[in-house]
Formats: sequence, C-alpha cells, structure tokens
Amino acid sequence: MPDRRHYGTTAMYLLPFVLLIVSLFVGRYQVSVSLVIDDIMRTITSLFFGTAAPASIQHTVLFSVRMPRILAALLVGSALSTAGVSFQGVFRNPLVSPYILGVGSGAGFGACLGILLYDNHLVIQLLAFIFGLLAMFAAISMGKASKGTGTLVFVLSGIIVSSIFTALISLAKYVADPYDELPEIVFWLMGSLSSIRYSDLIWIIAPMFIGTLVLLLLRWRINILSLGDEEARSLGVNVDKMRLMIIISATLVTSAAVSVSGVIGWVGLVVPHISRMIVGPNYNRLLPMSMVCGASFMLVVDDLARTVAATEIPLGIITSLVGAPVFAYLIKRGRMGWN
Amino acid sequence: MELILEVESLGYSYGKEPVFENVSFSLRRGEVMCILGPNGSGKSTLIKCIAGIFKPAAGSVRIMGEDTASLGAGNIARRIGYVPQQNEVVFPFTVLDFVVMGRTPHISIFASPGAKDMEIARESLAMVGIADLADRALGSLSGGQRQMALIARALAQQPALLLLDEPTAHLDFGNQVLVLEAVQKLASSGISIVMNTHMPDHAFLVGSRAAALCDRKLLAVDEVAAVVNSEMMSSVYGVNVAVREIKDINRKVCVAMLERFNPHRN
Repeated sequence: MPDRRHYGTTAMYLLPFVLLIVSLFVGRYQVSVSLVIDDIMRTITSLFFGTAAPASIQHTVLFSVRMPRILAALLVGSALSTAGVSFQGVFRNPLVSPYILGVGSGAGFGACLGILLYDNHLVIQLLAFIFGLLAMFAAISMGKASKGTGTLVFVLSGIIVSSIFTALISLAKYVADPYDELPEIVFWLMGSLSSIRYSDLIWIIAPMFIGTLVLLLLRWRINILSLGDEEARSLGVNVDKMRLMIIISATLVTSAAVSVSGVIGWVGLVVPHISRMIVGPNYNRLLPMSMVCGASFMLVVDDLARTVAATEIPLGIITSLVGAPVFAYLIKRGRMGWN
Repeated sequence: MELILEVESLGYSYGKEPVFENVSFSLRRGEVMCILGPNGSGKSTLIKCIAGIFKPAAGSVRIMGEDTASLGAGNIARRIGYVPQQNEVVFPFTVLDFVVMGRTPHISIFASPGAKDMEIARESLAMVGIADLADRALGSLSGGQRQMALIARALAQQPALLLLDEPTAHLDFGNQVLVLEAVQKLASSGISIVMNTHMPDHAFLVGSRAAALCDRKLLAVDEVAAVVNSEMMSSVYGVNVAVREIKDINRKVCVAMLERFNPHRN
C-alpha cells in the first residue's frame, strides 16, 4: 500500500512536464511531432554551434506563442496553489484562499490604475504587483494595530481592505472609457494568459522563486502553526514572526502571479484540497504536491481556454466552472481531508 | 533530590483584574504536583504562565535553575512539555505526524523531522501505550486515546517537566484511570509533573504534593494529606467534602457529600 501510493505520488510530480509537452501540440495551428523534434534539434544545435535558428511559422507558434504561455500557466498555477495551501495552514481554515488578505482586489485596482493612466503592459503588471503587496501590508498593519490577537483579526482586516479596493475598482470602471478601457479592465479582472511573452515572465520569476523557496523551507513549521497559537508557542515557535514570514511569502507569490494573469479564483482553494486527498495533511508532502497539482491544473485550464471556443475564454470563468463542481463533489464525498 | 521547578511569587492579570497573585512552590525530580481549585480560579492560567505561553505580571519561574524569562521559547520547550486541556486539530494528521511535532524545539527552523525524531516519537507513543495507533488519523481516536497522543507529543519534547491541564476532563472513568497510570509511570521514570485536576481524589492516587488555588491565591501547598483534608476541600469548593481512610485498599479517599437536598435526612 505505501509503495503503490509512492508510485502515484511520483507520477504526479512528472505530470507538469508531460502536460507541458502535450500542451505544445494543443491549439488551432496543427503541428506534427516529427517536425517539432527536428525543430528542437535544430534549435539546440543553433545554441551550441551558432548555426541559424529555425525560423519557420511552426517554430514561432511553438516557442514564441505557446511556450511562454505554457510556462506562465505552470508558474501561476503553482504560485496560487502554494499560497492557498500555506494560507489555509496559517489561518487554520481549509476554506481560505490566497486572496484572504485582499491581495486580489488590491492587485485588481493596481491594474485598473495602470490601464487608466498609462496603458502600458509592463506598468500594468508592476502596479498590480505593488498594489497586491500594499493590500497585504494594509491588512497586516490593521490587524496588528487592533487589540485582538490571532488569525481572526487578520481575516477581518483582509475583508476590510478587500472591500475598499473593490469599491475603488468599481470607481475605476465607472470613470473608464466604455469603448476602450472598460473592456480591458473587465477582461483583466477575469484573468487571462493570452498576451504573455517571455519578457513578462522574467521579472515575476524572482518574487515567485523567493516566496516559494521560503514556503518550501518552512513547510513543516506550517503544521505546527495549524495547531493554534498557544500550542505552537508551547513547542517553542515564535508564532507571530513565523506567521508573518509565511503570510509575506505567500502574498509575494500571489501578487506576482496575479500581476501577469489577472485575478483567477478557485485554483488556490480547490487544488490544496485535491492535494490533501492525494498525500494527506502533512505540509512536508502537501506543499510540494500542491505546487505540481496547481501547475498541472492551471495548464489544463489554459489549454481549454485557448481551444474550446473560437475566441479566447477568460481563465477565471473556466476555473470557476471547473473548480466549483469539483469542490461540490469533494464536499459530497466527505473527503475534504479536514474533518 | 534535584530541584526541577521553582515558582516564586508568580502573579498574572488580565488587564487590571488579577487572576492570581503571589504563587510560590517548587518541585523536585519525579514529583507530581496536583493543583486543585474551583472553576475560574486560574489553574489553567497558572500552567500557561509556567509553560511560557503567557507572560507573568510578577514573580519568576525557574526551570532547572534557569529563569524562563531569559531562556527563550525554544529552550523552554526543550525543558517543559505542555499538554493542553483540549485541542482542536483542523487537519487530520496521523498520530505519528502529530506526535513528532513535539520534536519542534529540537529541529532547526528550515528542517523537518528525521529518522531519529520519528524514532523518538514512536518511543513516546509506546511510553503511553498507544504505539499501535501510530498510523491512524488523529480525528478517529477516542477521547482517551487522543489525550494519550497529546501526552506523547509533549514527551517527544524530552522535557524534564510535564504540565498537564486537566488531563482527565471529558474522559470516562476507565480512561481517567489509564491517564493517571501513565502519569505515575512517567513520574517514576524521572519526569516532574504539574497537573491540574478537578478531582481531589486524584491527588491521593498520583500526587506527591498538592496545592489549592482559590480566590486568586494559593491557599496551601504541601504533602497531599495536608492539603486534601475535609476542612480545606470544603472551604475551597464550598461544599461538604469528607476524607476517609479505606483500610482494605490501604489509601485515603476524598468524597463529596450532598447535604442540602438529601431526601433521606430527617
């Protein structure tokens, strides 16, 4: 039994790589496998020997259009799920999502500002990232200033911050140009990876890498925090410091993800539950599993987004349409892995 | 014998309202101190102050000669194991995964438990007699088994002092006795124990010493027989309590007597 489970887990870790290769071939433009292998070989030789890189349409579709998008989907899915599972442990609540501290609406407002004021791809991303972090710091400082203790004040502060930024998003929509800016805002808020280029990925890799690394290193301690403040303290853990480190790291990866993809719901909530069903609640195994499950889930969703209909479907719509029934099924099975 | 715990004029208050004041007692290696007192007398708070979870308002706690105020949380957790009255575990950890969390103060911040920690966790489970439950989910355990798992987690800290906050609360008669037997066994292995209890009789069963906490102060700290007597217990709990020696089982018992509504009284 442990052996079979072990093989299954290993297979899950390979899934993102398999899906990456499969996804290269998914899409409106048909490509043949033998040509792709030839293309890859020629690309590699060009890297090593300085020969001319292939410049076919196929090459452009695979490596300039599909590849950055696939990588973005993997990164964003992994980031949202890692953040979600970490927040769930720290807040001792399996219904918590990465947007608990208002990061989603903060980033959303940042993007709105970017669209209204600058209409520059990179500026929009940067403002989304900054306002995501800003929302978190607002929620944390509000929580710390309050007299209450523990996680509840953070949750309440998150709700307050979130509702302020939601109001500001509405204001931005209200003043936006209805023919030009408004559709862009709406589309951004529903989440999409359709316009991703390598240049967008380069700068989010650093915050994602740092945040994920910290969470990976601290993952066993999340178990201890999930026991509650008093017990964690009696086990010698500096609860406030540890919690802050995890919240900041999780927010860092969430903000980075949201800044390139827009607000994508459900992933950070559903994937941790699926992962918990596969490997159990111990964060030692749960956190890495959430990373690979999230990456795989997001990639499949994005493949659907660009193939199902003639036009691009916003990701947030698919994650909700897929995530909500999956969640309902998990509840019905009573195998949420937490009761 | 070696002094393990010295509590000196300890006080704690919520805001301006003092919970208890001027509490002093000490404990040697392998001794069991039973703290008695009515609901709300501050027994749990006292335990949490000793564990370093709450910061005392006055006085000091010394563990193996060192003041906990200057020890740091990790050092305290390597010396003092705390077993909460009840715990709510949100995620369904296996018993072994849960018990090995007691190794936290011995593991560096970025690491997770290794083979040796797992072995210590298994030994702790064996010590409280639930080694066979290691792979079960914590939530599937009975109340008594769960209490044992909590004690095992504290043992995995390898502490010199164990603090038990009403370990027999919510347990049936048989499980209460099993917990007391575990307490006795741990004490004889050299661990000092401070234990809150609602049953004065438990002090006769496992206590080497007893203390009565009432009206914000320690009324008495002494040998069990000197604290658990009918006058002291009657005044602490405000009901009639009798202490009798039962010859054929060769021990004293502490029992309550109902007076006000006794239908057989003339």
